[in-house]
Amino acid sequence: MKILVAVKRVVDANVKVRVAADNSAVDLGNVKMAMNPFCEIAVEEAVRLKEQGVADEVVALTIGEEKSQEQLRTAMALGADRAIWVEQAGNTEPLAVARLLKAIVEKETPDLVILGKQSIDGDNNQVGQMLAALCDMPQGTFAFDLAIENGRAQVSREIDGGEQVVSLALPAVVTTDLRLNEPRYAKLPDIMKAKKKPLEHLTPAELGVEVTSSQTVLAVNEPAARKAGILVSSTEELVDRLRNEARVIS
Amino acid sequence: MSVLVIAEHNNSTLSQVTASVITAASQLDSDIHVLVAGAECDAVANSAASLTGVSRVLSADHAAYAHQLPEAVAPLVRDIAADYSAVLAAAGTTGKNLMPRVAALLGVGQLSDIIGVESADTFIRPVYAGNALATVRSNDPVKVITVRTSAFEATGSDGSAALEKLDTVIEQDKSQFVSENLTTSSRPELASASIVVSGGRGLGSAENFQILESIADKLGAAIGASRAAVDAGFVGNDLQVGQTGKVVAPDLYIAVGISGAIQHLAGMKDSKVIVAINNDADAPIFQLADYGLVADLFQVLPEMENLL
Repeated sequence: MKILVAVKRVVDANVKVRVAADNSAVDLGNVKMAMNPFCEIAVEEAVRLKEQGVADEVVALTIGEEKSQEQLRTAMALGADRAIWVEQAGNTEPLAVARLLKAIVEKETPDLVILGKQSIDGDNNQVGQMLAALCDMPQGTFAFDLAIENGRAQVSREIDGGEQVVSLALPAVVTTDLRLNEPRYAKLPDIMKAKKKPLEHLTPAELGVEVTSSQTVLAVNEPAARKAGILVSSTEELVDRLRNEARVIS
Repeated sequence: MSVLVIAEHNNSTLSQVTASVITAASQLDSDIHVLVAGAECDAVANSAASLTGVSRVLSADHAAYAHQLPEAVAPLVRDIAADYSAVLAAAGTTGKNLMPRVAALLGVGQLSDIIGVESADTFIRPVYAGNALATVRSNDPVKVITVRTSAFEATGSDGSAALEKLDTVIEQDKSQFVSENLTTSSRPELASASIVVSGGRGLGSAENFQILESIADKLGAAIGASRAAVDAGFVGNDLQVGQTGKVVAPDLYIAVGISGAIQHLAGMKDSKVIVAINNDADAPIFQLADYGLVADLFQVLPEMENLL
């Protein structure tokens, strides 16, 4: 079984971003970048399936600018066998990303595509679902458990009211949620070996995909600042202020 | 042109969040239709018909839609979308699961989690865990949108819409429903509660969450939790508040034993009044709180329960 894992280079999760002075975008100058946390979980899940003997090949893939190759080397250090870099700089909208991923899916014919449920920059939570639609594949989103049995993927999903389990015919698209697994750290020997693993470079033109955009970001603003709060010195004072000052309890 | 709202429901009850989606929809067009896709969901269709602002309820009632699998519902929405300028759903797990699939089938982009409508084609949405707000214009002929319902007031319930049955049945078996495990609680729904009492790693155990429960009971509040508390198994995932959990904006949010990581703040920083109780004076949550109490929560909570 072949698994395709799509990963994304994003701002590190611990960074609190600032808005650029001209309100055109978020200021990414000198900001630490990393693999999207949900994508790390996706890579980990694929590698575990290979270690369990369920999958025999894990292919990592990213759509991005030149530096995105770092994330592919990381994916290979974590256990992916080879990687594909689709060169596309700038902000690529989810539908365009899905169309590029679809072209790779048609080329590689994986049995399973695993992606993070959302990237922590755009917070869109769209690509996996769009890819599934374009490829006419079933989707198992927000997965906290995944089991492959008899040519189907059993996906346990976190939903608003609790949990749901669906069974998907393969090939299928799965998007990862926080509790699917705890990703490993890449070990130095594996990081060194990853430098020699195959990394294929492709362009949208080579894939026959025209990258289009249908949304324009007109401005990016900081959210309204809250008024500074106060520290209270006792439970009594807290309850009193909530009751009589803020009037949010009776 | 009319706009279509996909109802959020469980076949027997219409979720309160749908009323907020209607409000968002009303800022796009005054003619609002609601689609109820489900099985044996007449009660839901009737509730939807009574929401203020709704002129028509389309009911796709068939076993194929019993669990609202997106593989069945997305093609259904695609087939009727041509009549609408926008299709909206609540940005809960059902809407997030469905709407991107609808958008891709229509060949258009999707706007996730909008918190404001500037015009029929321009919307505001949070990015980077809500640390920035993007104003985005969509050039698509049909806008496919999920709505952060905590940002929109619920519409009223004095509507009387016409009911129409849809015959289209999309059957598929690539995705099969296996089982579901839903928490039942007599507490208010976290997504729409006006008071939320939320616990973090500091609570230390699932048992200790019971202390929060008695306070929540006195306040008529919902219970929330940080990721740390859920990961540690103190409570179920359905209580997680945060960037990738539930986003809430109650009148009062009481954070107990929660440090205030960026990802948690993303889920509650629009609450009207925020209280933080934590024995770590350096916890980032104190920078956000309107009222902060640096103290041992195990001392504060019983005191609080007595005072309420």
